[in-house]
Amino acid sequence: MASDPLAAPTSLVPARNRPAPKRRVSPTTERPAVKYTLIGIAVLFMAVILLLPLLTVFTQALVKGPGVFMKAITEPDGLAAIRLTLLVAVIAVPLNLVFGVAAAWAIAKFEFHGKAFLITLIDLPFSVSPVVAGLIYVLLFGANSMLAPFLNSINLQIVFAVPGIVLATIFVTFPFIARELIPLMQDQGSGDEEAALSLGASGWQTFWRVTLPNIRWGLLYGVLLCNARAMGEFGAVSVISGHIRGVTNTMPLQIEILYNEYNFAGAFAVASLLALLALVTLIFKTILEFRFGAELAASKRH
Amino acid sequence: MTRSTSQAISGAGARPRPGWHFAKPSVIPGFGLTLGFAVTYLTLIVLIPLAGLVLKASSLGFEQFWKIASDQRTVAALTTSFGSSLIAALVNVVFGVLVAWVLVRYSFPGRRLLDAVVDLPFALPTAVAGIALSALYAPNGWIGSLAGHFGFKIAYTPAGIVIALIFVGLPFMVRTVQPVLEELEAEIEEAAATLGANRFQTISRVLLPRLTPAILTGFALAFARAVGEYGSVIFIAANIPYKSEIAPLLIVIRLEEFNQPAAAAIGAVMLVIAFVMLLVINLLQAWSRRRFGNGV
Repeated sequence: MASDPLAAPTSLVPARNRPAPKRRVSPTTERPAVKYTLIGIAVLFMAVILLLPLLTVFTQALVKGPGVFMKAITEPDGLAAIRLTLLVAVIAVPLNLVFGVAAAWAIAKFEFHGKAFLITLIDLPFSVSPVVAGLIYVLLFGANSMLAPFLNSINLQIVFAVPGIVLATIFVTFPFIARELIPLMQDQGSGDEEAALSLGASGWQTFWRVTLPNIRWGLLYGVLLCNARAMGEFGAVSVISGHIRGVTNTMPLQIEILYNEYNFAGAFAVASLLALLALVTLIFKTILEFRFGAELAASKRH
Repeated sequence: MTRSTSQAISGAGARPRPGWHFAKPSVIPGFGLTLGFAVTYLTLIVLIPLAGLVLKASSLGFEQFWKIASDQRTVAALTTSFGSSLIAALVNVVFGVLVAWVLVRYSFPGRRLLDAVVDLPFALPTAVAGIALSALYAPNGWIGSLAGHFGFKIAYTPAGIVIALIFVGLPFMVRTVQPVLEELEAEIEEAAATLGANRFQTISRVLLPRLTPAILTGFALAFARAVGEYGSVIFIAANIPYKSEIAPLLIVIRLEEFNQPAAAAIGAVMLVIAFVMLLVINLLQAWSRRRFGNGV
């Protein structure tokens, strides 16, 4: 052990100051006692702050028995909320998908002025409060807005109707796919595309056969996160929906209504469906990171 | 590929004209289409609606705007939002760094599961988190009844707001610090140890300064998210004006009273704060890149 270079400095300490010999600890890690204490604190903190709420959702959903659970999610208003949530996600996610791919293509494959500013603007919706996200559409399309006479003349209602809910959802989920793809495509560079083009492929062929296979896992990753947020958005949708039961209530809003009516078991029943969605999202996300970590690595750094 | 070959390839198609170019010439097609679509979509969905809010708030005139912004209830709501966000973000600095440290440095059974669970607040809808936290910390809930034994009340007090904001902010902290911690070279710690530093000195004088930009960025991200948070807070806070009413809730209340000018004014204040936070985060990242060569 005397040949261990890391052990050398201790021998430089004068003998009288030398600590009593004890079990050797690597100088670049902590003592086992410290290590296990830290692990214990971290696990306890995560269990209390993150896992207990999740557990609460499922126990509270089933506490009154499966009958109450089924009634909450199969009553007409409950079913309407589930349908509307799916409809909103089906519109919002593909639109943001097309935007994300287009933005990432322009930003990753080309050099142009104002690129950094554009990236900042794309991130902007993440910094805006969901309530403000709902508010801006109420101000733009609401009864007192400048556009109100025009919207009335073509009989299009946006606020307190499905189009407003879709718009608010698009706003809050706006950056997800773009910010997943931009670093990934920047990391991959344009070499593959240049090769395909030089071999005679058209632009679309290059995109479908070269770029898309390269980015598919990152794209799926972004879609998963975007979808989870789209189905679960509460603040923005709450401001603009008007809470009309069976018509403009999404699942999160249905949870709020049931909860405020003291139908806790019903609220947690609907909540448990969204919690399941969150769990499935997390599981897929973990699998993607585990299996295709290298292809996602660029985006994971952000 | 070196710079010169990449230039040679991208310059092969069209010989660059001298002078100012908006974009560097490239053989890759679709620049106009993709940038045009992205900018149009961004303008329609994000920029015009946000500009509408600013316009609405500025049409109030300074006097009326100031009257709303300095209204006691508005100030109280903003103070509640900022105060609780600050406390929650500080708690997350301590525990977020600890969790990131444990996840990166130690291997123990269940580490991968713990790592996956960190993202739960990203995936779990805020309303679900809100009612779950409220049920958990209410006087008859699992933790609430435990705290009640010791004479504490958490749900329906400002402490409940902080709990909810810790929940939503934690992943920002962990996910910002974790990758930086992973990339730290073991050599610098070995060097510190060889030079006689004990473990505490190594961590506080060698590692912590390297982690500072990431910690500050994580703090700013968690804080920015917490200030705007709505769904997870309103169920656990009693929402009493002047006491436990957050600013986003006050916007909703003003809208329900058909008081759009007041809602727009408070919304504009929050928007300005969001812009400032975004600027701070960008500056922190630029500083980190300059100093350590990694944009956290």
